Amino acid sequence: MNSRIELKNIRYSLPLLFSLIFGLSMFASPIETDSKDEKKGGDLKTEIKEYITHHLKDSHSYSLTSWIDESTGKKVYLEIPLPVILYDNGLHVFMSSKLKHGKAVVESNGNFYKLNYHDSKIYKTNKEGVFDYDTDHHPLNETPLDFSITKNVASIIIVAILMFLLFTGLSKSFAKNNGISKGLGRFFEPIILYIRDEIAIPNIGEKKYKNYMSFLLTVFFFVWFLNMLGLTPLGVNVTGNIAVTFSLALLTFLITNFTANKSYWGHIFWMPGVPVLIKIVLAPIELLGVFIKPFSLLIRLYANIQAGHIVLYSLIGLMFIFKGILGSSLSFGLAFFISIIEILVALLQAYIFTMLSALYFGFAVAEEDH
Amino acid sequence: MEKLISEFSIGLFFWQTIIFILLIFLLKKYAWKPILDAVNEREEGIKNALLSAEKAKEEMASLQSDNEATLKKARAERDSLLKEAREIKQQLIDDAKNEAQSEAKKIISQAQETIQNEKKAAISDLKNQVASLSIDIAEKVLKEKLSDDKTQMNLVKDLVKDVTLK
Repeated sequence: MNSRIELKNIRYSLPLLFSLIFGLSMFASPIETDSKDEKKGGDLKTEIKEYITHHLKDSHSYSLTSWIDESTGKKVYLEIPLPVILYDNGLHVFMSSKLKHGKAVVESNGNFYKLNYHDSKIYKTNKEGVFDYDTDHHPLNETPLDFSITKNVASIIIVAILMFLLFTGLSKSFAKNNGISKGLGRFFEPIILYIRDEIAIPNIGEKKYKNYMSFLLTVFFFVWFLNMLGLTPLGVNVTGNIAVTFSLALLTFLITNFTANKSYWGHIFWMPGVPVLIKIVLAPIELLGVFIKPFSLLIRLYANIQAGHIVLYSLIGLMFIFKGILGSSLSFGLAFFISIIEILVALLQAYIFTMLSALYFGFAVAEEDH
Repeated sequence: MEKLISEFSIGLFFWQTIIFILLIFLLKKYAWKPILDAVNEREEGIKNALLSAEKAKEEMASLQSDNEATLKKARAERDSLLKEAREIKQQLIDDAKNEAQSEAKKIISQAQETIQNEKKAAISDLKNQVASLSIDIAEKVLKEKLSDDKTQMNLVKDLVKDVTLK
């Protein structure tokens, strides 16, 4: 009887989480900005292009939708405001709704900040909020250190909480059902076993794989879930952001090199079994390889997800460019097809990242057996 | 490359790293370790159950072969017992036969001896009777032929001579 109640709890916890997220949108206030200086006369193609590049970037608020109010001619954004945290000789904290999409100057502890809509960055300005542009239209203003809870950070937090609830639920269900998992987490148990039996053990080895399991499992589900979240209409692009993939690859790099044994370093600096001259030639190449391996990880994940988003957004944009029924339905079909491919890519990229990380760990701890 | 660097957000990197490392440690403690332990335990359990089943099977087989051996031994023992009994029976019969024969022989020989003795006694008795009979006869003859002694005597002599023992 107990287990049934527990099962219900898990079952209800997910909708609860989602309703929490969407409940927040109740607090989302439509922000009206003057749309006079928006490019009204700009053609549809450039508008779509701007829309895509804007959505690939991180944002200071969790935007849900936006429209132009016909009666007032103002652009209305429906979004969840997120906290902006700036470090500029002391912390400056305010909600992103104050920025009004770069239409307003925010005063905080005597400093003035303004959002530049084109690169989605916050700059320090004077009281009037004037940008000094260089020849390439890049602002020359000073940028404070931005530790804001942006859309991507919020998505990361949501996925982290989701993962924590899901997998602690799974671990608890084992004890309650005599070693057999139950509930939603049950779906993920074979995947956990797959990562252990097909990724960790063959690449790292029976003896040492246990030390790396926590990282491999966490990174796999983290990347997978964030990839999948990127395919929802929420339009987040977390794993297609270079800072996120850099952080993940950096951890792989650090773990590889801090757990590496003597044999690994021996193979890099003094390759055994080859003439001395080749040893000297090989050492810088191998040393470069140490950095290239994790670098390839970060670029691969970033480029795949970024490219997938660009293609998908472009195909959706095509629907509006082709006004005819044939062209629009064709691009709808293509967008639908690419969406399905992207679901596969989401899983595949998570798998490849985990697999290659495990492979690098395997190199680092390989025993000398020749 | 320049675009990539300008897109790089230190704030996002900072939060991502902090949250991710925190997530690894939290999940390690509350999820991965218990899950992997439970799965390992279950797999060990299955392995042990299979092993013990195999063992039980082997034990059963060895028990069965043991049983068969015992049965075989018992059968052999029974056979040998029966054989022995048969031999004993035969011997008993033979012994009895032999004894009976020897007894019979003894009895026969005794009987023959007795017969012989009886015969001898009868002969001697007969002889005595013949003697007395002859005496009687002789008396009668004598009484008749007293007149002629000589003839009588010759007669007696002839008579006696004629009487031979068989």
